[in-house]
Amino acid sequence: MGLMGLILVLIVVFCGIFGPWITPFDPYKINVPDKFQAPSLHHIMGTDNLGRDVFSRVIAGSRIALSVGVSTIAIALVLGLTLGLIAGYGPRWLDNLLLLIFDSIYSFPTVILGLTVVTLLGASVATLMFVVIVIQTPAYARLTRTATLSLKNSEYIEAIESLGASKARIIGVHLLPNVVGPLLIIASMDIPSVVALEAGLTYLGMGIPPPAPSWGRILQEGFGLIRVAPWIVVAGGIPLIITTLGFTFLGESLRDNLDPRLRRVV
Amino acid sequence: MLVYAIQRIGLSILILITSMVMLFTALRMIPGDPATIMLGSRATAAMRARITEQLGLDDPVLVQLGTFFGRILQGNLGTDMWSQRPVSQMVLENLPYTLVLIGVGLGWAALIGIPLGCYSAIRRNSLIDRLTGVISVGTISIPSFVVAIYMILLFAIILGWLPVIGAGDVGDRGDQALHLIMPGFALGLGWVGYLSRIVRASMLEVMGDNHIRTARAFGLPEFRIIKSYALRIAILPTITLLAVAIGGLLSSAVFVEAIFARPGIGKLIVDAANMRNFPVVQGGVLTTVALFALTMPVADLLVAWLDPRVRATL
Repeated sequence: MGLMGLILVLIVVFCGIFGPWITPFDPYKINVPDKFQAPSLHHIMGTDNLGRDVFSRVIAGSRIALSVGVSTIAIALVLGLTLGLIAGYGPRWLDNLLLLIFDSIYSFPTVILGLTVVTLLGASVATLMFVVIVIQTPAYARLTRTATLSLKNSEYIEAIESLGASKARIIGVHLLPNVVGPLLIIASMDIPSVVALEAGLTYLGMGIPPPAPSWGRILQEGFGLIRVAPWIVVAGGIPLIITTLGFTFLGESLRDNLDPRLRRVV
Repeated sequence: MLVYAIQRIGLSILILITSMVMLFTALRMIPGDPATIMLGSRATAAMRARITEQLGLDDPVLVQLGTFFGRILQGNLGTDMWSQRPVSQMVLENLPYTLVLIGVGLGWAALIGIPLGCYSAIRRNSLIDRLTGVISVGTISIPSFVVAIYMILLFAIILGWLPVIGAGDVGDRGDQALHLIMPGFALGLGWVGYLSRIVRASMLEVMGDNHIRTARAFGLPEFRIIKSYALRIAILPTITLLAVAIGGLLSSAVFVEAIFARPGIGKLIVDAANMRNFPVVQGGVLTTVALFALTMPVADLLVAWLDPRVRATL
């Protein structure tokens, strides 16, 4: 299972990095005379209503999906680590306040939180990234907080405190390295759900604006043409399935093999 | 038990209040005139003046917050600026559709997930057990909107077995049920994996318990042991899981309702968000948050009430 996951993830990452060099056609090039071509050797996944090559668009979509996914998770991770360390090591009242805020954000169903923010700010890539960061940060902060709390009273922290180390030093040098490892694995397992959220919000017309070939956009455009050109929705769904399955399979087997203790944390 | 119940519900109410304050401040923190944000740039000056007056946007912020809470406590979620209808009425019209959809989705998930998990636990490491493991991960990770679209393609367009659009004719229960099969399945599929996993894990634990050994020693038939003695306990953790699931289900319901063009709270919010109709979005969001925040303590209490072992520790 892990190996299969690894292969699927490598395919997606390869397409994300080398996409512009391996697409057989320009994913943005409109070529109306060639519209609605069924899949053939020339156009592996057919063409859409504007004659654009669907296969090229699917490959180009992987760069969008991965860049949005990885960058937002990285930002959320940094924010979550900081807030979680503050909540875990800082004063009690601050801990309670932060927890209440995390739990309140958590009580918004993710997509609905996304829709609220989009209503207020308007649809754009920046809004989409902001939504994902807002959703992911509390999860990482909570995990960091739990880990910090359990380390806080350990002997080595007590020792360093009695040596007179500053709070910033304790947090940065002594707590952070012990907290960050498991969190990285959990964060990498979140990539598929973030990719799905991006595609989903774009599908609803509230994510990445056209003509960018986001997988959600391909699905949305294809759904309108499902009776005329069913191959478009099939093509739009495949990369999402590959990505989510790949990352999940890989993450699950990494988690089981690397760190059995983590199973209890998650 | 009573203290526990009060604590649990109190926390939920606190969370609910905080989320409302966040929704309230979100609109006012955004640069620009809230009336323009709510109505869009096409609004006339008269419309802007009316909404400013209706929402009391010229009052001091704390007064606004007070009025906001006062109204919500009275069940007043504001007025839709375009149709002039009360938002609470729109929410109440749409909510039953979503609840039924979620119910059917959970039904599908339970129907497939629980037997699968149960069988995997009894025939541990069999081919079916391993297959279930892979399928669980698969169903958990594949997004519901992809499932929904593929199902429409297969069952409605290629095979022509099931209807696609809407919720069926009003009053025609058979037609409505037919319109629920696909959306319900698309919604529930993701939870098949979770359910089968958790049932499998807790079944494995329960099957090693003393009371199962005793039942075996009494020579009870294996099926009866599993059904009446093991599964009854093993199923309890799923209730807690399902409460957490409500949030995810509400999120998936947004997609499923949008794709199947079904009325419901998700579609209400999507349509309103597309028009940047903030009062309706706000009303819908508040309803879902309340639903989510209040299901959790209910589930915790339900488990406490159902499981004598948990009840005793309270």
